[in-house]
Amino acid sequence: MGRALRLALVIAGKDIRMELRARTSLLSAAVFAALVLLVQNFARDPTAVSTIDLAPGVLWVTVAFAAVVAMNRAFTVERENAAFDGLLLAPVPREALYLGKYFANLVFVLLVEAIALPLFVLFFNVGLGHALPGLLATLLLATAGFVAVGTVFSAMVVKTRFAELMLPVLLLPFMVPPLIFAVKTTVPLFAGRPLSEVLPGLRFLAIYDVVFLTLALLLFPAVVDE
Amino acid sequence: MTVDGAPASAVIRRGLVLSVLGLVGIGAVMALAILGTPTEARQGLAQKIFYVHVPTAVVALWIAVPATGIASMLYLWLHDPRLDRFAAASAEVSTVFCLVVLTTGPIWAKPIWGTWWTWDGRLTLTLFLFFLLLGYHTLRASLRDPVERGRFSAVISIMGVVLVPFIHLSVYLWRGLHPQPIIMKPSAPSLPPEMLRTLLVGFAVFTIFYVGLVTLRYGIQLAQDLREAADAA
Repeated sequence: MGRALRLALVIAGKDIRMELRARTSLLSAAVFAALVLLVQNFARDPTAVSTIDLAPGVLWVTVAFAAVVAMNRAFTVERENAAFDGLLLAPVPREALYLGKYFANLVFVLLVEAIALPLFVLFFNVGLGHALPGLLATLLLATAGFVAVGTVFSAMVVKTRFAELMLPVLLLPFMVPPLIFAVKTTVPLFAGRPLSEVLPGLRFLAIYDVVFLTLALLLFPAVVDE
Repeated sequence: MTVDGAPASAVIRRGLVLSVLGLVGIGAVMALAILGTPTEARQGLAQKIFYVHVPTAVVALWIAVPATGIASMLYLWLHDPRLDRFAAASAEVSTVFCLVVLTTGPIWAKPIWGTWWTWDGRLTLTLFLFFLLLGYHTLRASLRDPVERGRFSAVISIMGVVLVPFIHLSVYLWRGLHPQPIIMKPSAPSLPPEMLRTLLVGFAVFTIFYVGLVTLRYGIQLAQDLREAADAA
């Protein structure tokens, strides 16, 4: 297990290093997130609906769309020069390969969220204050869950012709349960309720994470093994 | 259900016979519902759709979708192409049945609930299932290699089956303490015997129709696979 984890970190490190040097997909995902925030502001009647009523929904719609865009790159980068075949030939257990891709994806999506969150606070005039620890926990738990599913799916869709379109079609239904709970958690947090009130929601997110990460580890070999 | 190695045309013929039998049966259920079953006192004629809606929903959610999931799990284990063919056929029929449920539901709901659509738990779950099935077909259609297609479809189908309880739980909790819509659907045990009879005939007929369509679809896929194998050879 220790070896698998170390190998996973090596693979994740490779992906993160590549991304930090090229910066193209990280930046485009962040710009995309900012644009989604911007567009949603104009999807309301400013005299009738106050921003705070919309804020939790806006935040999670942005997170969902930006995450899909960010996750698309995990396996598309391996397509060039058949790099993925090289990875598969390396003496790396499939689980370590999955975890490596998972960690890298998690870091990307969290980075995009880290850029989007301050913009969200700015555009929608949300006073985070006491809500911040709870909100960060929600972001982390929700993201950990749907990235687990998204990593498996992005390894599959890369074999299809319309990978960029296929990923959201497959993934969005899987994002809905964590999103529902994330919104359920965010609403009381923004209303200044104490953290203890949102614990059931966080627990649900954690259960989703454990179930789908386990399932992904079990099923990933069936995706990559010829 | 079907014997592999039997010529595809025999399977197709069997599927056709069963499907036609199912269709005739559906006609009979409709006639029975309108002519031979008393009209429900409060809902009037709108309640007649119940004899199509409920059997389709039950066959889709309790037979077709679980059968797809089980076949997918077995496929990952046994790698038998028959299982993949069956899973795909069953998923296709599930999609059609879900669409029937999602169409007949609002037609009934408009006069009875006063709205075409409501985000009621069961309704939302069926809608999600429908989208999961659409995703499944989209993925299948975009993959050429049959072995890869089989494995990927099995993976997504298993993940979809695991997702269903999460969707169920989250859409129920999402509504929070809001009251559920007043469901005036008579529940099965309290049905008068004539209504129960029509409903049970409906279950039988729609199950036959499901088996017929799946057999038919399986046979067509088998013919395609045999043709491709012959072309490749």
